[in-house]
Parts: sequence; structure tokens; C-alpha cells
Amino acid sequence: MEERKAILSAKDIEVKFRVRDSYLTAIRNVSLDLYDGETFAIVGESGSGKSVFTKTFTGMLESNGSITNGSIEFEGKDLTKLVTDKDWEGIRGAKISTIFQDPMTSLNPIRTIGSQITEVITKHQKISGEEAKKQAIDLMERVGIKGAADRFDEYPFQYSGGMRQRIVIAIALSCHPKILICDEPTTALDVTIQVQILKLIKELQQELHFTAVYITHDLGVVANVADRVGVMYGGQIVEFGTVEEIFYDPRHPYTWALLSSLPQLGTKGQDLYYITGTPPSLYNKIKGDAFAPRNEHALKIDFEQEPPFFKVTDTHYAKTWLLDPRAPKVEKPEVIQNLHEKILKMTSKGGAFYVEHE
Amino acid sequence: MSNTNKEVLLSVKHVDIAFNNEGKKFRAVKDANFDIYKGETFALVGESGSGKTTIGRAILRINECDKGEIVFKGKRISGKISKEEDTNVIRSIQMIFQDPAASLNERATIEYCISEGLYNFHLYKDEADRITKVDQALTSVGLLPEHKSRYPHEFSGGQRQRVGIARAMIMEPELIVADEPISALDVSIRAQVLNLMNKFKEEKGLTYLFIAHDLSVVRFIADRIAVIHHGRIVEIAESEELFRYPLHPYTISLLSAVPMPDPQIEKKKELVVYDELKRDLSGPKPVLQEIRPGHFIFANDREMAEYEAKLQVMEKEHEALGE
Ligand SMILES: Nc1ncnc2c1ncn2[C@@H]1O[C@H](COP(=O)(O)OP(=O)(O)OP(=O)(O)O)[C@@H](O)[C@H]1O
Ligand SMILES: Nc1ncnc2c1ncn2[C@@H]1O[C@H](COP(=O)(O)OP(=O)(O)OP(=O)(O)O)[C@@H](O)[C@H]1O
Ligand SMILES: [Mg+2]
Ligand SMILES: [Mg+2]
Repeated sequence: MEERKAILSAKDIEVKFRVRDSYLTAIRNVSLDLYDGETFAIVGESGSGKSVFTKTFTGMLESNGSITNGSIEFEGKDLTKLVTDKDWEGIRGAKISTIFQDPMTSLNPIRTIGSQITEVITKHQKISGEEAKKQAIDLMERVGIKGAADRFDEYPFQYSGGMRQRIVIAIALSCHPKILICDEPTTALDVTIQVQILKLIKELQQELHFTAVYITHDLGVVANVADRVGVMYGGQIVEFGTVEEIFYDPRHPYTWALLSSLPQLGTKGQDLYYITGTPPSLYNKIKGDAFAPRNEHALKIDFEQEPPFFKVTDTHYAKTWLLDPRAPKVEKPEVIQNLHEKILKMTSKGGAFYVEHE
Repeated sequence: MSNTNKEVLLSVKHVDIAFNNEGKKFRAVKDANFDIYKGETFALVGESGSGKTTIGRAILRINECDKGEIVFKGKRISGKISKEEDTNVIRSIQMIFQDPAASLNERATIEYCISEGLYNFHLYKDEADRITKVDQALTSVGLLPEHKSRYPHEFSGGQRQRVGIARAMIMEPELIVADEPISALDVSIRAQVLNLMNKFKEEKGLTYLFIAHDLSVVRFIADRIAVIHHGRIVEIAESEELFRYPLHPYTISLLSAVPMPDPQIEKKKELVVYDELKRDLSGPKPVLQEIRPGHFIFANDREMAEYEAKLQVMEKEHEALGE
């Protein structure tokens, strides 16, 4: 395989938050290389650290939190060393941009759509107001707002949820970022609009060439957009690989559990698989494998010693003792065995999810 | 399977619901007409703004019907009814909401949240009886009696949603309107809540109106499905039937949007976009009519002929596949 160029390289990142008199560790020594032009998806249940981890790329941690270890290399700078807004100028919102879940909270309800886009454009480029307006209308058209010039002076409430999310995307892309972080960009939208937004981001990525990071707990979305996937649990990435490796050959029991609980794979009249118990408390030091108490396949060592990453292929690694040569052989659950064959059947003629195209 | 020997619990009969938007009348629900049978899960599926919640709220007597009526256990419950019947409806039909956080009073203990309905309707003999009921409700949703003194924010999203279910279940309702009960939850917790709802259906013969915008969840949980678009129900069928013979182009568009957990398939997927404006709307006014037993479609005679032709092709295909 050819050597790929990392555009951003996070090493051993640890993030702590101060809550009253104690500290919680939200991110525990996470490393990640993002490659130029790829789409990387981060999945994991609520509270696993997806948002906090990516917020370190733009210095957007809340004031009670800080990076207590590690480095983030981007264009020759260590981002963990940047402090003031001035330090971040030209990076946050420009070279690295974020789209959040709820388009309503990202837009100011009492200002026109147009003024909110031009503001970001003029902040990062030295151009006239007229030129900025031209660029803004062009962007609005690009993200699929019909009659953009006429809708320039409208307010957010006059736009539907899907259209508002398109505007948020337009704003995020207005400075031609190198990296676009999409934090649950479609969870607030319904499925048909979701598919359209995902398609839009993909098209813009081809056209404008940026690296995309998706944060989501919906594995269907991951399958649709990602080149590579990282699975997060308890403040760590526990498995990463190409999207095909993660879906067709997952190795971490937590990844197995996430896949198995999808209702698409459920059989009517039978219970859906679900993960018992709750995620670990981040206030205490975690001993062994954080997932062990909820893992039916846990070994004795899982409760004692933290597993290292084991290599599956050059691109696929998983942090589970099950991959140690001395571990007993454990098969992934029945429901996710031969996943591709099963889903192929569901989506082919005669299957429940078969769709006829004209 | 035929529906003839099933008991109808709730009938929504030719219901229109309109809102006044700055003096203009806006028909949010147009001629909704369906029955929900006792013990079934009836799903209402459609995109945002299609009128799903509006129908749910009309059943709970929060929204008024402009036209038509709603009948519960043989009695009309829409419009003016006696105070006694009103109380009865409020008790027998409970709602579970999308956002578990917003639906619970943050400043009240879990014990109070769950007891609220009991207090309002004096549905307990004495304190001991009330506490027993609360404990039972908590245990039935997989929480512990010792959780009673906690506050909603001390629970995870999934646990809060289970508190919401306990709060509804303690009223011993006959019908639960579940308005996107799992949309705000994590994938792993979704499974728990769906299993729990199925458990109550089996154990207590509970009936659900399950509101969703995602067909994948609905296939797993629903016995029958109604697809709604812009306030209009365009197709109703048993769940298996709808997935086997989806006919209305909007149903097909929803089906094509279901995200499948398979990268090879998902990356090749093409969305079927439904554009009402591009449809041929010529011919007489369409109505909801039966095309196969228990399978209804919104169509006029010209469209009906087209659907029938399409259906024949599909039936042949299924036969060829040996089903
Ligand atoms: N400002 C803060 N103060 C204290 N704890 C915080 C703060 N921000 C995040 N956390 C904690 O850090 C952990 C990781 O949070 P994060 O928001 O990254 O989760 P997530 O994986 O994005 O979850 P979700 O899917 O719910 O968005 C959680 O336990 C959260 O409660
Ligand atoms: N009280 C109200 N006053 C005016 N318009 C309303 C009111 N309630 C709902 N509507 C309108 O009626 C339509 C249907 O709304 P409804 O909430 O039933 O949609 P929904 O299908 O539940 O959508 P979602 O999936 O977003 O919850 C929308 O256009 C909405 O704006
Ligand atoms: Mg998050
Ligand atoms: Mg609704």
C-alpha cells in the first residue's frame, strides 16, 4: 500500500474536566492520523467522548476542560499549544471547520441567513461587502437552496430544518477548510433529508477536496459515508479500520454489540440484542478493559490489565485481549455473521428492503 | 391474515385537523381514516411536518378535529364529551414522548414523576398502595425501587425514557401513543426500549400507536403501518405486506432512505426522491382504497389501474422466487 499523507496527527491525547472538586477523564490517550481527503467516522454511544475528542482539534473545549497530555500536529503546528483566539485565527472556523447537530442553535434566529454567511466570509477574507454577498449566494446555490438571491434576506425560521442544515454547511465551507468536522449533522433530520444532506457533503468534498470527520451513533450513516471508522468507548478508540473491515470483520466485542443491536437486523417476534449495564464512570481510574463489565466474552485479564492495540491488518487494529494469541477463540455473534450476504438478501428482489428504481 | 375477527379499539374517522396561521387556515391533517385493533402496534410513518404528532395529539384530545370524529371502544371521544368520559380517556390513553428529558419535570423526584397520574385521579387506596404501585412500575421497566428518590437529570437518556414509560404504565392504559419514543436515544438503548415496549404488549395486551420517521425501526415493531405525507395517509398495510408490496411512490422513497449497515450496498445506494409536484395528478379525485386484503392505497381509478398492474408483476416475481 502506498504511504498516505497525514493531514492531522493526534498523539496520546488526554482530556480532563473539572467538575466541582473532582476531575473526570473524558479522553484517555487517544491517537489518530487523519489522511488527506479521506472521510473518517467516529462511532460510539453517548458520552464515549466523540465530541470532546474532536473539539480538541479546534480548541473548543468548555472552560472547565483541558488537554492534559499529548500533541496534535497540523501544518507544522502543535494545536495543543494554542491558547488565545488570536492563536487560533486562520485555523478554527477556517482551515478546520465544524457542523453541529442542531442547525437552529448554530444560526442566530434574529439575523438574516445572508448576513450570517457574509459575516464569516468577510471575517476570513479581505473582500468588499458586495463580493462577499456574491460568494454567499453562490455558496447557497451550491448547497442546493433554490432561488438563493431571493432568499438571501430571509430569517432562519422561514427555512425548513433541512434547509437550515444546508446553510450551516455553507457557512462551514465558506473558508474552504482542509478539515470539516460533522458532529451528528443529520440526527435532527428525518431520513429522506438525511440522505440528501450526506450526498451533498460528499459532492462538495469531491469538488472542494477536504477531509471529513463524521461523528455519529448511526452505523447506517457510517456505512454510507466513511472510508475509515474509529469506534470509541469510555474515552478511547477501541477499534479502527477501513469501513469494510469494521462492518465485515469487526474484532472488538463492543463493535460487535453496536452492530448487533441495529433494528434492521432484528427478527420480528424476537428481542433485539442490546448491551446490558452502563458505560464506565469517568471519575475513577479505569482498570483493565473499560468494556469488560458489560462484555459477555470478557476474560479474567480484561478486569486486570488494559489491552494494547493488536494488529489485524496494516489498516485494522483492535484493543481487545481476544486478539492475543493465548486467548480462547470467540466467534462474533450470529446476527452479524455473513453480514454482507444477509443485507444483500434484504435489499435484493424479494427482500424486505428491496427498492425498485425506475 | 384477516382483520374481520379483530376487535377495534380506536377509530379515526375521516378526520381533518386545521391550524390558523396568521389568519390563513392550514390543513395539517387531511381526511385521516384508520382503525387500530386491540393488542396491535400500529405505526404512523412519515417525514417531519407530515402531521403525525398532530394526529397523536387529537387522539389525546389536545388537538381538536375540524371534521370527522375519533371513537375509542365504541364511544366518540373527540369534540364535547362529559367530564367523566374525559377523565376516562385521559387515563386509558397515555403518551410517551420523543424527548425523555423534556417530558419529565426536572425538579421533581422520580417517585413524584411516576405518581403524578395517580395523584391527579386518586388512583390509590392509601400511601402504602401508591408506593407499591410505583415500585412495581419501576421494576417493570428494569429500574430499581431505590431509584425513587433521584431526580431525572441523574439518569441516562435511556433510563429517563424508561421512567417516561413507567409513568405511562402505572395508569394501566389500554392505548399508548408513543411519539418517536426512541429517536433521541442511542442505538444500543433503542433496542432496550423497543424490547420493553414489546414485552408490555405481550404481557398486558397493550395497544400502541407508534409514531416514527424511520421505516427500519417500524418493520421490527409494528403489526400494521400507515404512511403519511403532507397530512395525507397514502398507504396502509400489514408490516410484512408493506415491505413486500410497497406501492405508493412516497412509501418507496422512504424505503430507499433506510440506512443499511453495509458499506458496499450503502455506497451504491440511490435515493428515490418523491416529488409530489412532478406527479401526474389528472383524473378524478383520489381516495384511500383497498388493493389487496388489508392493503389500502390513496389513488384514483387511473392510478389504481397502474398500481394493480404493478402489483401483478410483483406477485409473479415473488412466486418465481418461491415464496
Ligand atoms: N464541560 C464538561 N464538563 C464536564 N464533563 C464533560 C464536559 N463536556 C463533556 N463532558 C463529559 O465528557 C464525556 C464525553 O462527552 P462527549 O460530549 O464527548 O460525548 P459524545 O461521545 O459526543 O456523546 P453524544 O453522543 O451524547 O454527543 C461525557 O461523560 C461528558 O459528560
Ligand atoms: N399548534 C400548531 N399551530 C400551527 N401549526 C401547527 C401546530 N402544530 C403543528 N402545526 C403544523 O402542522 C404540521 C404537522 O405538524 P406535526 O407536528 O404533526 O408533524 P410531525 O409529523 O409530527 O413532524 P415531526 O416528525 O417533525 O415531529 C406542521 O406543518 C406544523 O408546523
Ligand atoms: Mg457528542
Ligand atoms: Mg412529531
